[in-house]
Amino acid sequence: MLETRKTSVEDKPPAPAERPAGRVEREFTVKERSQWQLAFRRFLKHRLATISVVVFFLLLVFAFVLPHFWKYKYNGAFIPVTDLNQAPSLEHPFGTDSTHDQLAVVMRGTAQSLKVAFIIAFVGTGVGAIWGVVAGFIGSVADSALMRLADLVLTIPALALAAALAHRGGGSLGQIGLILAAVSAPYVARVVRGVVLSLREREFVEASRALGASNIRIMVRHLLPNTIPVLIVNATLLVAAGILLETALSYVGFGVQPPDTSLGLLITTAQGAFDTRPWQFYFPGLFIILIALTVNFIGDGLRDALDPRQTRERR
Amino acid sequence: MLVFVIRRVLISIPVLIASTVLTFIIVKLSGDPLQYLKQRHPLPPQSLIQSEEHRLWLDRSWPSQYWHWISNVVLHGDFGPPLQGHENVRTSVLDALVITARLVFFSVLIALILAVITGVVSAVKQYSFTDYSTTFVGFLFLSMPTFWFAILLKQAGIKFNESTGTQFFGTIGERSIPITDTSFWGTIGDIVGHLILPVIVLGLVGYAAWSRFTRASMLEVLNSDYVRLARSKGLSPRRVLVKHALRTALIPLATVTALDIAALLGGAIITETVFQWHGMGYLFLNSLNNHGAGGVDMNVMLGWLLVTAAIVILFNLIADVMYGVLDPRIRHA
Repeated sequence: MLETRKTSVEDKPPAPAERPAGRVEREFTVKERSQWQLAFRRFLKHRLATISVVVFFLLLVFAFVLPHFWKYKYNGAFIPVTDLNQAPSLEHPFGTDSTHDQLAVVMRGTAQSLKVAFIIAFVGTGVGAIWGVVAGFIGSVADSALMRLADLVLTIPALALAAALAHRGGGSLGQIGLILAAVSAPYVARVVRGVVLSLREREFVEASRALGASNIRIMVRHLLPNTIPVLIVNATLLVAAGILLETALSYVGFGVQPPDTSLGLLITTAQGAFDTRPWQFYFPGLFIILIALTVNFIGDGLRDALDPRQTRERR
Repeated sequence: MLVFVIRRVLISIPVLIASTVLTFIIVKLSGDPLQYLKQRHPLPPQSLIQSEEHRLWLDRSWPSQYWHWISNVVLHGDFGPPLQGHENVRTSVLDALVITARLVFFSVLIALILAVITGVVSAVKQYSFTDYSTTFVGFLFLSMPTFWFAILLKQAGIKFNESTGTQFFGTIGERSIPITDTSFWGTIGDIVGHLILPVIVLGLVGYAAWSRFTRASMLEVLNSDYVRLARSKGLSPRRVLVKHALRTALIPLATVTALDIAALLGGAIITETVFQWHGMGYLFLNSLNNHGAGGVDMNVMLGWLLVTAAIVILFNLIADVMYGVLDPRIRHA
């Protein structure tokens, strides 16, 4: 996949006015583009995905940079009693809840969700990738054992598994992130193994083995890099699912525990006052949707970009 | 064909056995069953804790506990005693299962019908306005927290009831307690009224994924050679679509639906919590913290995980067999 380099004809011919004598040569000049450059161009054609990248970046700023400049803190001193449970205003753009400024709290919750997303993306897919590569490459008993283990984990609903594990180990965000990563890893392993099974029969692996490369070298240098496109696409899908799972976990009471907060926890506390203080319910929900939606669109764009076989018609 | 089915059934037996071991380990890791006793102030007498440990077999080694549990389940259909009270664990798990099955069944039905219709339409009219809007809606539901949407819908249902002065939508529980109209149709109406909103919530969870899937699968088939051949033979577009394309495109959907059952059962936990159903979700969450008192209701949780794992394995089996039946290439490969 990445071993080959493709060339593509320059899309836009030079403007007529600028065509000098070397026109013929120019028209037929072919510019070499790497696989990644081609993928990048395909990605940009997915408009929603491109917009989503921008929105996602804004969300990062919102969650990690803005809190430093906002006058209220999610864990700071309580705001004056007269300001509690107020509807959105200039002073409190997202309104207030029974202790804090809602904007500060939502920023914190967004940051929490994004942190979970990164833990799942790196730990979950990392473990899953190694799991899948080892199973697919070594084969035989190791393959059966590792894949049956993945099947087993997948027989239990992810929410139930995460809740059971978080019940004892839970509380802090890092632990919940790791639990969610552990729950997602088998999905990645299954997909990666499938890719590796076909890759290991390819000529470049054979060539590398003929040159005397060790198994570890083949796995690390040849197989793992070639699973990256599949890995990235699956990582985004799992991250979107994982963010929702984290909020669901908070909702059933096994997620992040107070005094810290998360978007799921905010919605859970707000549901009782839905009629009187709807802003406490809507804002956290909108931010969850925004995060998951952008991640899903980015994943869709990446699928188009990195795995063009699946969408041969988007040109 | 029979050999194919038998082989698949035989493969799933060791998987089921291994999954009982895994569930046992998970339950053991999830907490101390007697936490509710040990947290009490003042601490109850040591003899009480010891007798409880003895009753629940907690004073044995893990392998011995596992063996005791699994042999009772297999030989006597006995799921062990609950942590507190005298309810039969098997009865409570199976009762809850019936309630959840009702929810999941209708949700799958609605989700499949909607997913196939919109998936086919957006594949046939690719890159049209309809395609873009259904794709967007699909992504939106895929990115929406189930419980957030459920709460929203529940509030809308309550508003509707208030404004019309009826109890059309049941928003609490799986049926009214007590049922006001005890006639046959009254009971049915009550149950349906309580079903509508949760089914919409859980249905949309399945719909979001499956409509995308139907679209992708349909596009692949529509671009295939044999559909082009069918068209060039001069068959009517309708016939090509329904008889040739759709039937093939639905094969992968059938298996994906069966494989997604675990996700739906997970979604049911959330939906049931919002609408306060006494189904599997309620049972599981309460077993995990012993109705908020602390401690894990070990045998209920074990029974729950066992039944769930068995269902998921059964549906994996159905998916496998169905794929073999629907697509002969798989069977002979």
